[in-house]
Amino acid sequence: MRTAILLFPGINRERDMAIAVRQSFGAEPKMVWHKETDLSGFDLVIIPGGFSFGDYLRCGAMAAQSPVMRAVKDHAARGGYVLGVCNGFQILTEAGLLPGALLRNASLRFLSMDTMLKVERNDTAFASKYEAGAIFRAPMAHGDGNYSADTETLDRLEGENLVAFRYADGNRNGAARDIAGIYSPNLRILGLMPHPEDLVDPLLGGTDGKPLFDSLAAA
Amino acid sequence: MKKVDAALAKSFGLNAEEFAKVLDIMGRTPTLTELGIFSVMWSEHCSYKSSRVWLKELPTKAPWVIHGPGENAGVIDIGEGMAAIFKMESHNHPSFIEPYQGAATGVGGILRDVFTMGARPIANLNALRFGDPSLPVTKRVVDGVVRGIGGYGNCVGVPTVGGEVNFHPAYNGNPLVNAMTVGIAAQDKIFLSAAAGVGNPVVYIGSKTGRDGIHGATMASTEFDASSEEKRPTVQVGDPFTEKLLIEACLELMQTDAIVAIQDMGAAGLTSSSVEMAGKGGVGIELVLDSVPQRETGMTAYEMMLSESQERMLLVLKPERAEMARAIIEKWDLDYAIIGHITDTGRIVVKHKGVVEADILLAPLADQAPLYRRPTAPTPKPAPLGPVHSDMDLGAALLKLIASPDLCSRRWIFDQYDSTVGGQTVKRPAQADAAIVRLEGTNRALALTTDCTPRYCVADPEAGGAQAVVEAWRNISATGATPLAITDNMNFGNPEKPEIMGQFAAAIKGMAAACTALDFPVVSGNVSLYNETEGTGILPTPAIGAVGVIEDAAKAVGLALKPGHELVVIGASKGELGRSLWLREILGQEAGAPPAIDLAAERRNGDFVRAQILSGKVGACHDVSDGGLLVAVAEMALAGDTGVALTAPDTSHAFWFGEDQARYVLAVQDAPALLAAAAEAGIPAAKIGHADGSGKLTHSDTIAISLPQLRDAHERFFPAWFAL
Repeated sequence: MRTAILLFPGINRERDMAIAVRQSFGAEPKMVWHKETDLSGFDLVIIPGGFSFGDYLRCGAMAAQSPVMRAVKDHAARGGYVLGVCNGFQILTEAGLLPGALLRNASLRFLSMDTMLKVERNDTAFASKYEAGAIFRAPMAHGDGNYSADTETLDRLEGENLVAFRYADGNRNGAARDIAGIYSPNLRILGLMPHPEDLVDPLLGGTDGKPLFDSLAAA
Repeated sequence: MKKVDAALAKSFGLNAEEFAKVLDIMGRTPTLTELGIFSVMWSEHCSYKSSRVWLKELPTKAPWVIHGPGENAGVIDIGEGMAAIFKMESHNHPSFIEPYQGAATGVGGILRDVFTMGARPIANLNALRFGDPSLPVTKRVVDGVVRGIGGYGNCVGVPTVGGEVNFHPAYNGNPLVNAMTVGIAAQDKIFLSAAAGVGNPVVYIGSKTGRDGIHGATMASTEFDASSEEKRPTVQVGDPFTEKLLIEACLELMQTDAIVAIQDMGAAGLTSSSVEMAGKGGVGIELVLDSVPQRETGMTAYEMMLSESQERMLLVLKPERAEMARAIIEKWDLDYAIIGHITDTGRIVVKHKGVVEADILLAPLADQAPLYRRPTAPTPKPAPLGPVHSDMDLGAALLKLIASPDLCSRRWIFDQYDSTVGGQTVKRPAQADAAIVRLEGTNRALALTTDCTPRYCVADPEAGGAQAVVEAWRNISATGATPLAITDNMNFGNPEKPEIMGQFAAAIKGMAAACTALDFPVVSGNVSLYNETEGTGILPTPAIGAVGVIEDAAKAVGLALKPGHELVVIGASKGELGRSLWLREILGQEAGAPPAIDLAAERRNGDFVRAQILSGKVGACHDVSDGGLLVAVAEMALAGDTGVALTAPDTSHAFWFGEDQARYVLAVQDAPALLAAAAEAGIPAAKIGHADGSGKLTHSDTIAISLPQLRDAHERFFPAWFAL
């Protein structure tokens, strides 16, 4: 799995992501600056968390206009894998690669704590190493994780079985239908708010996030 | 144009004697810009004029100290060729006027002090003091400060891993916001601020300069009064996104050999950075302000030299590397401008629009800076606490204490701070006595904590100063790490009052004794004086930030008990209730003497505990501090979600709530073996109970509290306070 980790100014979880990728893939990901325009050599493109461009406009809105996002769209059109976590998920929705939007948390406060996620389906490249229906732990750290979409879109996501993960221990950010992550219709794009990449080491509290990367390694 | 005279100097914070010295050094009436430069360089904030004579008494050396006080931050050897670079700094005055931006820029400023030396910041901590929680203003300040710390730290991607919070009416008009950053660098890639190389370009990078923060350093050097609200324009506005770019740009530039010297523009901005860089290097500096990137039009030399606009750095580069440096800085979308060069004149010359706006000989600006040995009045030794008694049963007292603002869970606060970014946080907030952050790519980790007990300091500043140091040392030892060094943040009232200066001198004396006894030198620090509003001072608060190292992060222990653990208290329990939280919360008194400090016992007990932890025999450990033994045990039970049956025969409040020092609670599988080892080492130790699966905290027939009841009491305060 040849992997690119995209670097927008203000992204800050790229090193966490690289650690998780390295561990599961046994290969070094390549850091790709947001002004690059070609991702043709990669199988997987990861957009990590952070505050791209400070998130001073809507979260991810500026990054969605960066040159590299055209290449991400080409990559997605080719059926390439895309993983967007936290700010990465926000960027994917702003770029129109996933539906809906991530609004300010219902509490209007930043939320940093572990959450439990339920695996809605495990027949995907991102979740094959989890049991279907499994519940796993993942740290979250976001101010804008309140997933929102119109009823029609939400019904379609449910109807087409595109909800990837749901919050299983309380919905802290107000996300519609407890949605923590969603897939594209071809199941090649995953966006999620919590950070499985920060839980891949027993010393740091567990390895609940590792199966996601192991799944990709086996895809 | 303002007339430069003694009256204007006074409004800039220079007294008549200091202004006379300025005239003497200049040999003429200074220009407005020159007066501005003198006034900020000679402000308390920049010159340490009241505190320097005392700070010299602190021990600053040890074989592992690479750079002590005098650089932007302290630097210590943490093994494997790596260095930890750290400092704590106050942003008290701005945080009261504008809590969000005051706290946010406090975090930004201390981050720059650390990455300017070549370190990647890996952890932030803080030490916060607020006023009476029943006042609306306190709630507003707490909310703004917490959001500000989170807003800045979360965005720059540095985990906030620890801190402390106290409440006391003495902070009603003067909250304390002390922010600490810890970074790591290779020992052979540490960057200093001394300028060198006549003709070398002086380069400005970062944000543009605006009119914000002019005279911020002067504001931080006066008392507050009712007009303080009018000082809001001197509070700077932070931009953590630009800071993040600045971190990455500087670290990338530091991989090259372009940099001769580098310093952040903090308090007093361009003035202090250029004066200090040239002064330390024994060279001169010429600035041409026309080239300074400006956010506003029509800025004068005076305004540019005194602006405290954030997220800016000043560099001296090798001329042949300047273009390469420009490419790196501009890749990160930051401003880059050559604004001057190094000279051999020993002077700072500032030109703007073809006019020399300032021309000052650097040596006397530094050497003749005011230095005061201000009168001190000793704090009267407090009378020992007489007999005290409460009819409340132990369980009820525990529930009341653990729900109080000073002892309740800080979850509401740290849940707003990203503590996991970076992927190295081994022990998060409240999981252990010190945060544990691993060094990426190694098994090694740093142990980090901040500590101070101001209610002890106000009663006996010398004992309180020592206690702040020993508690920090204990908190690191209680994880299994070896304490290495500290940074201090001295928060006091008006130094022109002898009783305040007496507190300061005594606190330093106590700290120095503790640092010496524990081989725990001070490598950096900050002094914040004039923390008074309407003539009322804060509690003396010498906040300590400490760093330790553990070679194998997997050996670090936290607080969480497991069923089957036997609980042993290490250290002597005499039942000292003077100045305790029990006395304040249960009897409503702030009286007596703080607990005695026995530095030899601290050292012996801490070394013993650390060795036990590193031998792998300890499942959990917690030092005994605020609230005493029963509070420590309750916190361990909650952390492990595990019941505890207490069996120690003593049922006195003094035994369970006394705040005797040099104590730890250890959770082990084999208590008799631990007791034997302690006896052999001559250390008092006693088994006090065991963890079990009962789901309750019990003691014979005096305590029976379910864990949910205990947890509800502990977690209630902050969410209830901030409930809509």
